[in-house]
Amino acid sequence: MIESRITSEQLKPPAILPYRGLSARQWGMIAFLFSEATFFSTLIMVYIVYIGADAQPGGRGGPTPAGVLSMGLVIFTTICLLSSSATIHFAERALRRGSEASFRLWWAATIVLGIVFLAGTAYEWRELIAHGLTVQRNLFGTTYYTLVGFHGAHVTVGVIVMLILLMLALGRQVTARNPHGVELVSWYWHFVDGVWVVVFTVVYIVGR
Amino acid sequence: MNGPLLLALSEGSPQNLSIFDPVSPPAESIHHLSILVLSITAGIFLVVESILIYSLLRFRRRYVPGTSEPPQVYGSMPIEIAWTAAPALVVFVLTLVIARTEWEVRVDPNNLSPELKDAKALHVRVVGHQWWWEFNYDRYGDEKLDFVTANELHVPASHRAERSERRPVFLTLQSVDVAHSFWVPRLAGKTDLIPGRTNDMWFETEHTGLFVGQCAEYCGTQHANMLLRVYVDSPEEFTRWLTDQKKEARGGDDAELRKGKEVFLAQSCINCHRVRGTSARGTFGPDLTHLMSRDTLGSGVIENDRAGKRLREWIADPQKIKPGCLMPAFGLSESDLDRVTRYLASLE
Amino acid sequence: MALAEQTREAPPTWEAVLHEWVATVDHKRIGILYILMAVVFLVVAGIQALLMRWQLIVPRNTFLSPQVFNQMFTMHGTTMVFFMGMPILIGLGNFVVPLQIGARDMAFPRLNALGFWVSLFGGLLVYFSFLTGSAPDFGWFAYAPLTERTFARGPATEFWALGLIVSGIGTITAAVNFIATILGMRAPGMTLWKVPFFTWTILWTAVQILFAIPPLTAGLFLVLFDRQLGTHFFDPHTGGSAYLWQHLFWFFGHPEVYILILPAFGMIAEVIPVFSRKVLFGYEFMAAATMAIVFISLSVWAHHMFCVGMSRKLDLFFAASSLLVSIPTGIKMFNWLATMYGGKLWMASPMLFACGFLSMFLIGGLTGIMLAAAPFNFQLSDSYFVVGHFHWVLIGGTIFATFAGLHYWYPKATGRMLSERVARWQFGLLLIGFILTFGPMHIAGMLGMPRRIYTYDADRGWDLWNQLATIGGLIQAPSYLLFVYNITASLWKGRPAGDNPWDAWTLEWATTSPPPSYNFEEIPTVHSRRPLWDLRHPDDPDWQYE
Repeated sequence: MIESRITSEQLKPPAILPYRGLSARQWGMIAFLFSEATFFSTLIMVYIVYIGADAQPGGRGGPTPAGVLSMGLVIFTTICLLSSSATIHFAERALRRGSEASFRLWWAATIVLGIVFLAGTAYEWRELIAHGLTVQRNLFGTTYYTLVGFHGAHVTVGVIVMLILLMLALGRQVTARNPHGVELVSWYWHFVDGVWVVVFTVVYIVGR
Repeated sequence: MNGPLLLALSEGSPQNLSIFDPVSPPAESIHHLSILVLSITAGIFLVVESILIYSLLRFRRRYVPGTSEPPQVYGSMPIEIAWTAAPALVVFVLTLVIARTEWEVRVDPNNLSPELKDAKALHVRVVGHQWWWEFNYDRYGDEKLDFVTANELHVPASHRAERSERRPVFLTLQSVDVAHSFWVPRLAGKTDLIPGRTNDMWFETEHTGLFVGQCAEYCGTQHANMLLRVYVDSPEEFTRWLTDQKKEARGGDDAELRKGKEVFLAQSCINCHRVRGTSARGTFGPDLTHLMSRDTLGSGVIENDRAGKRLREWIADPQKIKPGCLMPAFGLSESDLDRVTRYLASLE
Repeated sequence: MALAEQTREAPPTWEAVLHEWVATVDHKRIGILYILMAVVFLVVAGIQALLMRWQLIVPRNTFLSPQVFNQMFTMHGTTMVFFMGMPILIGLGNFVVPLQIGARDMAFPRLNALGFWVSLFGGLLVYFSFLTGSAPDFGWFAYAPLTERTFARGPATEFWALGLIVSGIGTITAAVNFIATILGMRAPGMTLWKVPFFTWTILWTAVQILFAIPPLTAGLFLVLFDRQLGTHFFDPHTGGSAYLWQHLFWFFGHPEVYILILPAFGMIAEVIPVFSRKVLFGYEFMAAATMAIVFISLSVWAHHMFCVGMSRKLDLFFAASSLLVSIPTGIKMFNWLATMYGGKLWMASPMLFACGFLSMFLIGGLTGIMLAAAPFNFQLSDSYFVVGHFHWVLIGGTIFATFAGLHYWYPKATGRMLSERVARWQFGLLLIGFILTFGPMHIAGMLGMPRRIYTYDADRGWDLWNQLATIGGLIQAPSYLLFVYNITASLWKGRPAGDNPWDAWTLEWATTSPPPSYNFEEIPTVHSRRPLWDLRHPDDPDWQYE
């Protein structure tokens, strides 16, 4: 026994402080996004490892990032995606303030920006394939389509989920009193945008 | 080990593959390290296990639920610090020893110590195949070599005490298909052969004789039978062996052998096998130029007797002997089988 | 459940019971389902192990063809790691964690059910490969390019990779659920430093899962792309790198072994205090050691790759960081011993298995130090020594601890006590059989026997060690069957357990056995790590000392 005994009348446990941390669903979303982060880190590492591998002796040659990646389009789609982080933020704030109409507007804008991004990617891929860059052509194609494709798949999922929420909002099921879904989806969306910043840097700046 | 090699081949006579019986500097350095590590871990084992057993004996008593509890001890900072610091110290010392051994075992072939640099070194490029070994002899001292053999690596014995008599062996390791690993425990630790990479390892031994080992990285169906035989010959014997190996294959002298050769060259054998001096130039399977200079067939899986009895069985149906191996049975007629066997058995 | 029993209706039909279990979102039932799944796969993979041992009992045996033998060790490894080891630990966590932290369920009950069914389906998917005529045969770490089309022509690789992706998604959802539950749903008063130790280790296991499994999932996708889309990630003949796969795999593979051992540590840290009748010695250091293991383990993966020809400096880095893990592990070992020291040791079955864990895991840890010593590893790597080592850690560590946990919480889950007599037999057979199986493997490895060989020559001198190992396997096997018998028979024959048969101190023992579906009638408030101790000893509660 470390301390001497105290008489039982004195034994009042310290008061319990109320829990003020994040909610379970917020922790759940953070944990999920963490798993997504390690998933993308792996793909990004693989991309970095293979930068320039086609030009090595014994490499497959073929289109290079500098040769076929055009910056104009991707800068436009990047601006779209990044500004969608702002619009979703405004949407969430509008909902918290209780102005549901404004929420729906910003929310729809986010969806449109996401779709523009996807359309831009689709157009870019069509051009690249026309330049002869396919997944089979060389390691650049292999890693490029894998990384950008997995990111695009995440954007697609985000757009679909946002469409569902928009539908629910139109049915008055997402309201100022029930903003949790919106909050978590916006976290996901910010995350997907963040991943794009890294992908953009690695693919279009470092690897080009 | 020093007895006649054929004795070692006879059924059941035990081989020695113990890592605690090293005969070459890398294996010896590892052996020293292993003794140190084993002593440290044995010490830890004895201490911890005795505390556990002592506690079990001393404090074991029947607990009746609800009766008085022993004094509760919540922890102690000094004790915790002590048993964090003590293992940390052991880890630190171990790391230093590991560093020293690592640099002894894995020498940099481009930056050798003067003794090794001046030595009459043998350089062999080892290529792993599913499931056999290709040995490309590149250089022995200043002499450039250019022949290929398989599965049985011949190297010269060294004499470490005299600088001029040192004959280390440097292996360059590559693979054409999947990952393999070169492991002859008494000579050195293992080094992997990984497709797309080039690794290296070395050993040097004064002990003549046969040292066995095998592939140590799972490489597919017949991984178990990718056996390795390293013959350490006396320098004179080795030079004689080199001279023989450098020659091209004997032509078919008599009519029977010529016929056998014709059958061999007419069959698909030549797609995979090479016999130097003939039109057989395949590289997918082992080089057969001096097939009968080898003691075993199928990467050590059966004996290669002088009469060619096992050789005939192998050609007839390799799948019976090494199921899953990449050489199929070709369905040769009995007479063709005899002829091919006789021809191959003449390739000494 | 308790309520259902009180109604006067006829006992439910088996279809109704089945439906109730299949459709359940109750964390306790899902936990039990996970454990049942693990037990089934344990038996399946155990049979595979026995077949391999039988093949190796004499040199040049022809009991199994090389193809079948290679499929057996691939499936044995894959099953034991993914469909036995992780599910049984996640199952125990699922059952225990909400009870221990005073929650009514996991944070996301439906996601929890999804996670279980997805894991099970992933396991079945891998086994469906047998229906196509050949199971995967490239070893559980599937070194490239063995998984490329050139070397693995049939669809077995697809089944294997897809099965692991699917079950991996299940594992990730479980981890997400644990983190959300433990961080967001603790009973009032239970700060993060006051959670029971098992819960603490489950939290960090979940973090570890999020570090390890998604990279594996990514890697498996790349394998599938190589096979199905014609990409070139891991095929050296088309510009890819076989070596890269090894890094990707072990970046998952080594944290994976900590995923399998951390909850075991947690169970031992629950059982030893209760059966020594003492508070856990040095909780804070134990907790910190757990975190240290998680973070250090992220930088040790390449100690599986010492023979691939990395630079000497890299070898040294990975050797040193692997050795570092021994420090927090040592802290745990010493704290458990200090907890026992001066206690009143009650040698009931959970404690028996916990003591088995202490002495056996110690050996597994020490052979781990040998393997971490890079140059020594050049000899030991990929030999039977390694096989002996990791079985010593996974059986001597994870399995012994899991049995300790299962014997400890079985009364809580069922309301019945397990037979102590059967448990003692099970313990004895397991201990003897286990030592006899895996001890000789260390020796065979040091005598030059590589792992994953389906046969060997008589002249190698490995016969004796292999025969001993096979005999050991035959002794071990019935011990698992005894356990299956015990958990089944005790459902009817077991003595009623009561709420708190072990006189333990954490919240799960404050509710009935089995607990109602809502766990606690009233959410308890806690002031210390041992709320029931505080109740029992109002004159000297724990919170004074924490």
